[in-house]
Amino acid sequence: MAKKIDVPFNGTKEQEERLKRELAALRKEHGGKGLMIASLQKAQEIYGYLPAPVQQMIADELGVSLAEVYGVATFYAQFSLYPKGQYKIGVCLGTACYVKGSGDVYKKICDTLKIEGGQCTDDLKFSLDATRCIGCCGLAPVMTVNDDVYGKVTPDEIEGILAKYN
Amino acid sequence: MFRSHILVCGGTGCTSGNSMKVYDALVDRIRKEGLENEVHVTKTGCFGLCALGPIMIVYPEGAFYSQVKVEDVDEIINEHIIKGRIVTRLLYKETVGEDGGIKALNDTNFYKKQHRVALRNCGVINPEKIEEYIAYDGYEALGKVLTEMTPQDVIDVISKSGLRGRGGAGFPTGRKWQFAKNSPGNKKYVCCNADEGDPGAFMDRSILEGDPHAVIEAMAIAAYAIGADQGYIYVRAEYPIAVQRLTIAIRQAREYGLLGKNIFNSGFNFDLDIRLGAGAFVCGEETALMTSIEGHRGEPRPRPPFPAVKGLFGKPTILNNVETYANVPQIILKGADWFASMGTEKSRGTKVFALGGKIHNTGLVEIPMGTTMREIIYDIGGGCPNGKKFKAAQTGGPSGGCIPAHLIDTPIDYDNLIAIGSMMGSGGLIVMDEDNCMVDIAKFFLEFTVDESCGKCTACRIGTKRLYEMLCKVTDGTATMEDLDKMEELCHYIKENSLCGLGQTAPNPVLSTLHYFRDEYEAHVRDKRCPAGVCKKLLRYQIVADKCKGCTLCARNCPVGAISGTVKEPHVIDASKCIKCGVCMEKCKFGAIIKA
Repeated sequence: MAKKIDVPFNGTKEQEERLKRELAALRKEHGGKGLMIASLQKAQEIYGYLPAPVQQMIADELGVSLAEVYGVATFYAQFSLYPKGQYKIGVCLGTACYVKGSGDVYKKICDTLKIEGGQCTDDLKFSLDATRCIGCCGLAPVMTVNDDVYGKVTPDEIEGILAKYN
Repeated sequence: MFRSHILVCGGTGCTSGNSMKVYDALVDRIRKEGLENEVHVTKTGCFGLCALGPIMIVYPEGAFYSQVKVEDVDEIINEHIIKGRIVTRLLYKETVGEDGGIKALNDTNFYKKQHRVALRNCGVINPEKIEEYIAYDGYEALGKVLTEMTPQDVIDVISKSGLRGRGGAGFPTGRKWQFAKNSPGNKKYVCCNADEGDPGAFMDRSILEGDPHAVIEAMAIAAYAIGADQGYIYVRAEYPIAVQRLTIAIRQAREYGLLGKNIFNSGFNFDLDIRLGAGAFVCGEETALMTSIEGHRGEPRPRPPFPAVKGLFGKPTILNNVETYANVPQIILKGADWFASMGTEKSRGTKVFALGGKIHNTGLVEIPMGTTMREIIYDIGGGCPNGKKFKAAQTGGPSGGCIPAHLIDTPIDYDNLIAIGSMMGSGGLIVMDEDNCMVDIAKFFLEFTVDESCGKCTACRIGTKRLYEMLCKVTDGTATMEDLDKMEELCHYIKENSLCGLGQTAPNPVLSTLHYFRDEYEAHVRDKRCPAGVCKKLLRYQIVADKCKGCTLCARNCPVGAISGTVKEPHVIDASKCIKCGVCMEKCKFGAIIKA
């Protein structure tokens, strides 16, 4: 379970308007069918995560219950109900990386940042997720920090890598 | 006319190694030298040899440069492009012949035994230019189908070729299409499964990144065969490059009139849209994928009704995997007999494997069905690095099993893999050496399926969790021999009582390792020992007295004060205090600490 962080929802009017605009565009593009996942993806793009008020907005826009939105939002790994860190760390725990020791890398990051997978540090700086195969198995074990990719990572290098973002 | 072509790999593997910066630097230098009209730099899809990325090839010489860095660009331009002298130090060693000249890539061990059908354009054409695809016979198959063949002709050719689904189960593609064609209804759908979720498999992504038009063309052919006018490609949102290239490819195909209304003036209409998956392994299952496209939780539905009768939005639908589609245009152009001449009796054609794990040449290989595991791992893959002994190969991802070393000469096809307790799956092939613990591997896959079980069936939702807990007991050293039998029983229970492929195959990694590596399980249970030295709770760290110099470094770094001893005297570890964190072993400069 992700650690709940007490961040009050501070969405802006502009964000809400943008969401409504994007949803209207989606509806047109999809011919009104199968909108939910794409809507949640758009909302997460705008807000960074999917807190209850945002789920409610989508429920209202699509004319479905909040429970249905929540059901879909919690089903897929891509969606997060909690905010992510400024730097999102991903460690590939796909098989190729795992047999090459990415489990140790992951553990080292947990120990260093004192968080678990799915969690965010208290200062909202780093969050950590175990990712599925990101497909550069030649570089195994692989970790990513936002868009930066680090290949052939060893646990010793973790502190140095994290220091770059501090 | 260009006098030289530089092909830079733009696949995910090489891009992660900064190949796009190399590309930019090349383009930049060539412009500065005023050579834009003489030297052409292109981004291509994956060459397959990901272990050596970033990769580039310079033609006409065919110089295959590997592990190219931005700093190397000046040398390549100055020496190779301007002076015509090949930069030998960057050449892939296998391509340097005995006389010092360049050997053709197809003569190297990695490529020699490969036969590229699905990957034929990957690493050859620029995937962002439809003209390059067309120049390589692209959309010719669609033209042939629409102008010369009836829908039934198309299905007959595909059936006769013996093509089977490349996504896992190996269902005959032609038969699937026939069912959908026979289903009544004026609205039908064609879907493509690009939700590649097997950890360690990345061939579908490479095809989408390297040759997206092949998939689009094949979907149009399938649509014509079954009478559909709309298609969806369901692709993982985690594959940004693939999504971007697909988007470009669809737009270009529309501009050329190869998607849309009245294609080739034949009266046939077909259009295609992308749907982004949101990260759920179960969505690789066909009914779950369709539920997900409809916007719901991706839970599988019972079959029958099969999707060919009642699929997406309740209409007849076919769903094929990316690699399956990538074969289709070639089959139409070259004929069913050509395709059927490759492979084994029941598994025709070629299969792409993603080689990964403890192997020299990680990357993508495409080989005729029936090639043995030994040829793939040793001849193509170059064996295990660091002189380690090959222990097992895992195929089929979380649904498959581990193939032990003594079965390495098994010819790989759908039926042989099932017979030895694994399955083809999407084609991930992970090599393990003596340092991998098979119980730990089984636990790894179970952790994955526990996480990814959609929760609909009790046997899968709770069963995989209980199975995982039992495996934890084994790796913790608290399991009994009776637990091993219980585990086996539970495995069969889960297989028999789950609705979809996920649950039905989830116990395979446990069953196959229990079958082939039972001694390893027993060592954990009976002797409280992990033979590979992986399971932390069963490890005992020891100091070899002869090697210990008494430098005290380990004692000072031990977080729990478990190491004692006087300066310049051998130290000892108190096993009752040791938390097995491994810091001492990491810190020791003399290699005096070992795992026993």
